[in-house]
Amino acid sequence: MSVNVLLFPGSNCDHDVIHCYENLFNQKVEVIWHRESELKNPDVVIVPGGFSFGDYLRTGAMAKVSPVMGAARKFAAAGGPVLGICNGFQILCEAGLLPGVLLQNISMKFLSRFVRIKVESSSTPFTGAARKGDIIHCPIAHFEGNYFADGATIERLEGEGQVVFRYCGEQGQVDAENREWNPNGAMRAIAGITNDKRNVVGLMPHPERAVEKVVGFCGGESGRVVFASSVAG
Amino acid sequence: MKVQVLIRLKAGVLDVQGKAVERSLTGLGFDDVNAVRIGRLIEMEVGASNLDKAKQEVTKMCQELLVNPIIESYEIREAK
Repeated sequence: MSVNVLLFPGSNCDHDVIHCYENLFNQKVEVIWHRESELKNPDVVIVPGGFSFGDYLRTGAMAKVSPVMGAARKFAAAGGPVLGICNGFQILCEAGLLPGVLLQNISMKFLSRFVRIKVESSSTPFTGAARKGDIIHCPIAHFEGNYFADGATIERLEGEGQVVFRYCGEQGQVDAENREWNPNGAMRAIAGITNDKRNVVGLMPHPERAVEKVVGFCGGESGRVVFASSVAG
Repeated sequence: MKVQVLIRLKAGVLDVQGKAVERSLTGLGFDDVNAVRIGRLIEMEVGASNLDKAKQEVTKMCQELLVNPIIESYEIREAK
C-alpha cells in the first residue's frame, strides 16, 4: 500500500503520520509537496496538521488553492480514502471536500490538551477496524476547532450517519455544553465527520500522537485504530 | 483602481474575538457597548477601468479564496 502525505509550508504533523505508517504498519509513504499537481499513485492520502501558510486569511484557505489539492480532489472524487487531521480537516472543509467550517474555540484560547473522542461510525476507511462506541484518547492542539455548519447540514450529517467522532467523557457520555469533554464548543460535540460517499474523513484531534505507549502518555495507543483501519481496508 | 473588500461574519455566527473585545471595552468603563463584531478589510489595486468591471473581478476572488460563504458575507467598494 502507498500512502501520500501532503506537505504545505507550515505543516508540522507530517512526520508523526509518516512514522506511524512506516514504522508501525510497514507501509510505503510518499511526501507530496503542495506545488506538485500529481500524486504518486496513492492508496490513501493524508492531509496532516500544522499551520499551513501561517493560517493567513482563514485556516486552510490558502492551502485549498495549492496545486496538490486539485490532485487530491480528483483522488477523492474517484472514491480514494482521504484523511485530514487538525489543519488537514480545516483544509478539507475549505476545499469543500467536507461540509462546514472550524470556528475559533469558544474559550477564545488555543487548546493543547488530551480529549476523548467516541467512534460514531465504523463505516469509513479510517474507522473500519474500530467499533461504534470505541473511545480514542488523544491530544488536541488548535485555536480553530469549533465545528460549525448550518442547521440543514448538521441534520443531514446526523441523519446520514456522517458524524464519525464526537467529543465525550470517560464513559463515552456526550454533552456538547460540557467544556471538559467538548472544550472547543463544537456543535453537537462533533470532532470528526465524513462526506456523503464516506471516503473523506476529517477530525480535529490528533490520533497520530497516540499510536505508541511510549509517547502516547495517558492516550496510550488508542489512536492507532485510525491508521490500522486504512491499512486493513 | 483601488478597491476594498469588507468581509463580515454572518449574523448568528459566533464571533469570539468580538466577544473578547466587547468584554475588554466594558472593563474599561464603556458600559454602553453591545454586539461587537470583528470583520476584515482587504484593500487592493486592480487593473479594471471602472467599478463594475472591478467588482466582477473581485467577486470571483471572493468566491475562490477571500471569503468563506458558510460564515462570511462581503461587500466590494471603491477605495478613496
